[in-house]
Amino acid sequence: MRVEGSVKTVILGEIIFPIVLLIFGIYHGFMQVLYRAGIIKDMSFLGIEYYQGLTLHGVINVIVFTTMIIVAFGNAVFLYYLKKPLRPAVQWVSFLLMVVGTLMAAWAMFAGKANVLYTFYYPLIAHPAFYIGAALLLVGSVIPLFFDWAPNYIAWRKEHPGEKVPLAVFGMLVNHIMWVIMLVPVVIEVVFQLIPVSLGLISETNPSLSRTLFWAFGHPVVYFWLLPAYVMLYTILPKIVTGEGKLYSDSAARFVFLLFVLFSFPVGLHHQYTEPGITNSYKLIHAFFTLGVAVPSLITAFTVAASLEYSIKSKYPEVRNSLFYWWTKIPYISLEGDKWLVSYFMAGLFLFLVGGITGIVNASYNVNLVVHNTSFVPGHFHTTVGGLVTLSFLGISLYMVSKLMGKDIKFKGLAVIAPWLWWQGMLIFEYAMSVAGIHGFPRRTNTGISYLNPDSPLYRPEWVGYAELSVFAGFIIVLGFVFWAISFFGTIFSPKVRESTIEFPTAPALHDEKAPALNRLTPWFIVSVLLFVLSYVPAIYDVTKRGVFFDSPGYNDKNPTPITKPQSAKEDQRNTAEAK
Amino acid sequence: MDRAEKGAFITAVAFMGVFFALIVYAAKGLNIDVPTCITDVKPFTQGQVIQHAPDRYEIHYLAKMWYFEPANVEVPVGSTVDIYLTSADVIHGFQIDGTNVNLMAIPGTVAYARVKFDKPGVYHIVCHEYCGIGHQDMATKIIVKAGEQQ
Repeated sequence: MRVEGSVKTVILGEIIFPIVLLIFGIYHGFMQVLYRAGIIKDMSFLGIEYYQGLTLHGVINVIVFTTMIIVAFGNAVFLYYLKKPLRPAVQWVSFLLMVVGTLMAAWAMFAGKANVLYTFYYPLIAHPAFYIGAALLLVGSVIPLFFDWAPNYIAWRKEHPGEKVPLAVFGMLVNHIMWVIMLVPVVIEVVFQLIPVSLGLISETNPSLSRTLFWAFGHPVVYFWLLPAYVMLYTILPKIVTGEGKLYSDSAARFVFLLFVLFSFPVGLHHQYTEPGITNSYKLIHAFFTLGVAVPSLITAFTVAASLEYSIKSKYPEVRNSLFYWWTKIPYISLEGDKWLVSYFMAGLFLFLVGGITGIVNASYNVNLVVHNTSFVPGHFHTTVGGLVTLSFLGISLYMVSKLMGKDIKFKGLAVIAPWLWWQGMLIFEYAMSVAGIHGFPRRTNTGISYLNPDSPLYRPEWVGYAELSVFAGFIIVLGFVFWAISFFGTIFSPKVRESTIEFPTAPALHDEKAPALNRLTPWFIVSVLLFVLSYVPAIYDVTKRGVFFDSPGYNDKNPTPITKPQSAKEDQRNTAEAK
Repeated sequence: MDRAEKGAFITAVAFMGVFFALIVYAAKGLNIDVPTCITDVKPFTQGQVIQHAPDRYEIHYLAKMWYFEPANVEVPVGSTVDIYLTSADVIHGFQIDGTNVNLMAIPGTVAYARVKFDKPGVYHIVCHEYCGIGHQDMATKIIVKAGEQQ
């Protein structure tokens, strides 16, 4: 369908702005492996300090890039499938809030006033601009749901009684409602703990509570990144793999989205297994649900594989009776039509398989003791959010830009090779990081000036080989990104050859049973919220009431003296509290 | 739902069920458990080593920007060590390499783990939670000595 005017501009802005920032994010990712391997034996490089770069890498790649691309993809999906116009005013407000918020946070990070990493727990405190900027970005990202998507969805339901809403719309809607729910705890943390301390309005708050609130958001958010990728795997991949493929089962896809609604939330404590303050049985309950959330991913693995198998076997009769030979007919590297996108999804899927397995390791309660906070963990999430999520987002960004700007994809050969380089680099990176992690290699640490510097008294030679391997991997990943970026910017700067359109290849469903329970969202969300509240009330009670928990003052990353209150005053207060 | 799909679904659920059962068995049957809610130990402000018996130790670790107190502890091989950990400022991490001891030091809380050192050697401990500009230098070790009595 044709798309013109300012909504087109907004969607393009929501793609191009975060991708320009992503160049910094990827650069700092590469710097990480150089620092960690001891190739850079210094606190900073080119004026950017190690932990500052780590903060930039984390925040840009997993908050700014993902959020804005998801909003852009959601806008395009609602526009194309519901055939209802989006409201330019709403879109501009949302886009500008996100841009202003991002620039505020970016200023704080680039100025070195927010070296708190992506996991911004209390008591390390950043400049207020970082928190307020992040909050604006998040607020901007939920505006389209309330003022554009939900009204359009409700109107569509009224006009099409008894019809199923298109699967992509269903998936993006579910995803964004999930997003709103998971923002509640982090907003509470930011508004009532971090911003007041950072502004100096209060001087102390509870660090255990801050961690608990952060992780109530910090794990569900990975499903917010993942579900748009699943939407693409269900709707686009089966169609483009042969040109006329089908999705194996529509109900299974909807069921998967709804299982994520249920299981996304009672999982956050699996990030807190190793800390005191929370009773073990609640940790075990969260372990149960974290394993439960693997189930929809396993169903997805089945549905995607079944769709590929069905689509290929119906196109190529010669492989109809083969068990595995049909795999060779998947267009892993093809320049024909939209088939170049297949390589993004297939490379992403191969990575996600590894990410799923290592994720089960992390989630497994006592097994987690071996790998908690070691490089095993970044190894894991670089194959999920750095794998399937990033690859499918890069693929769909290139696709949407070429359609919306009416341009042909330039350097298509590079665009097809890019995900495979990325895939290979990430696999090597994941191997190096995971194995090193099992040998105790810490995450989030500038090991270049300590553990991996032969001149340091802390030198640990047993980690060197893995760190060097990760440099090699990082180089391949960056090369993959450069290939993609050449194609992306080449496309943007090429002449317009068609009119601006928005369209998505969409696979019809092979099995399309009526399942009314899967089309009513409200009950699922009510149960989900209940489960969320039930699974977190005991944990919150534990970290606020049950033990000997103190509020503590805030610190900055440069100095061991508190910035909000002198230590002695805190002691006095505690002594008087005890005397009472 | 067709048959293959049903099969896949049941297999997925069964797999996760088995994994979970094994975790519960390891935690409750083999006592490989994670740190729990300690409600009776007040956070201390000084690190120390307390020896209760020739092979029984208690170490109070205080994590601060950017060192652990006490530094380098020596214990004889075969010792059982109770480890208590707290933080005096921000959140720190604490992992004893080659063991299952992996804790977080959070202000206002005390984490606990018990470990038995059966092999002599140097057990490195590094902070693995970002705690500021000196984070990468925050390390200590437990030296397990092969005693003459062995």
